[in-house]
Amino acid sequence: MSFVLDPLPYAQDALAPHISANTISFHYGKHHAGYVNKLNELTKGTPYETQSLTDVVKNTYGNPATVAIFNNAAQNWNHTFYWRSMKQQGGGPATGQVKDLILQSFDSLDSFSKAFTDAALGQFGSGWTWLVEKDGKVSIVKTSNADNPITQGYNPLITLDVWEHAYYLDFQNRRVDYANLFLTNLVNWDFANQNLVNKAHL
Amino acid sequence: MQIFKNSKFFFGTLKAHTLPALKYGYSDLEPVLSATLLEFHHSKHHQAYINNLNAAQEQLEDALAKNDVQKIATLQGTIKFNLGGHLNHSLFWENLTPIKNGGGQLPDANSALVQEINKNWGSVDNFKTFFNTRTAAIQGSGWGFLGVDQQSKKLRYLELPNQEIPQNHGLTPILTIDVWEHAYWWDYKNVRPNFLANVWKIVNWKDVEARYNQAQK
Repeated sequence: MSFVLDPLPYAQDALAPHISANTISFHYGKHHAGYVNKLNELTKGTPYETQSLTDVVKNTYGNPATVAIFNNAAQNWNHTFYWRSMKQQGGGPATGQVKDLILQSFDSLDSFSKAFTDAALGQFGSGWTWLVEKDGKVSIVKTSNADNPITQGYNPLITLDVWEHAYYLDFQNRRVDYANLFLTNLVNWDFANQNLVNKAHL
Repeated sequence: MQIFKNSKFFFGTLKAHTLPALKYGYSDLEPVLSATLLEFHHSKHHQAYINNLNAAQEQLEDALAKNDVQKIATLQGTIKFNLGGHLNHSLFWENLTPIKNGGGQLPDANSALVQEINKNWGSVDNFKTFFNTRTAAIQGSGWGFLGVDQQSKKLRYLELPNQEIPQNHGLTPILTIDVWEHAYWWDYKNVRPNFLANVWKIVNWKDVEARYNQAQK
């Protein structure tokens, strides 16, 4: 039993012109696929081989002996979650129960958007920007490199990849434009609402 | 805290930083680094660190004048990050040179630097392998450094994440290689080891040697 590269939920050009087909082709076909291949290599013949991806992430976190497995498992998890956090003709104000929870934690949807973009910019280096839920409240969490908030007991709702490979082709170094575009044109609020109910388990 | 009321007299005006010009054209590091990559890296990425640093410095001057300690504290992170980015990139450009200008050419085997490398790693080739293995393994963004220990004056390798600087770890850097994705993605995609294997063809060993000798003083 081995880990499989999850199919992309849409065609490679589905998010164009916001995120180009070229970016998706490299990001999914090389970066994400690379993490899956490496994960299989590292877990072969180990007990992790037959665990779910979420369990591997949780079980290998914080242990220097399994850091390489964690990095590849978590990056696999994070990328699968990222693709689903976006959809064609997505974006716009939050909807459903997620919207209500956002308004409980932030003054307005606009101030949430600003806080999310600030978090994306405030991650100096590689990492991820998350909207998460815990104990009925939502918050924005930033993680560095491969780190994933499920290891801290959060329930992730959506994520934005802020590693440079995610936006270099389309935005060069303009991470702020990429983060704004994610919110205005790409974010999949249906997925966020689903995750409130069914905690993400990959 | 009286002193901060007159901060302009005490601190002067913090100098605005500017983008250093490259000593070579954007296409001169081909085929190792393409003109497209180099132009983005220098004129967009490095420039952005400088712009952000200058903006943060202005805010710091303002906060100092007003004795806004909360703001002074908040600005530390962005200043550290952008100043580190500016310093690291400035060194990087000098550590590279076109192949036609001696890129990749080692100093004489009798030079102090080469002898010191041989003492630590056995040979320059061994050193490159060591450097590449460690630098390729950096998680996420960062830099590999060869430097001179400020206390012992001995050579030491150090890898650092994001825009941390070796000067804060007791090391005077003499050679650095950027392994943020923006440093190699255009030409090497996600294959960082290929970038590292090739970058030695454009390392400016004359500059590295000069820095080594300077650090011995």
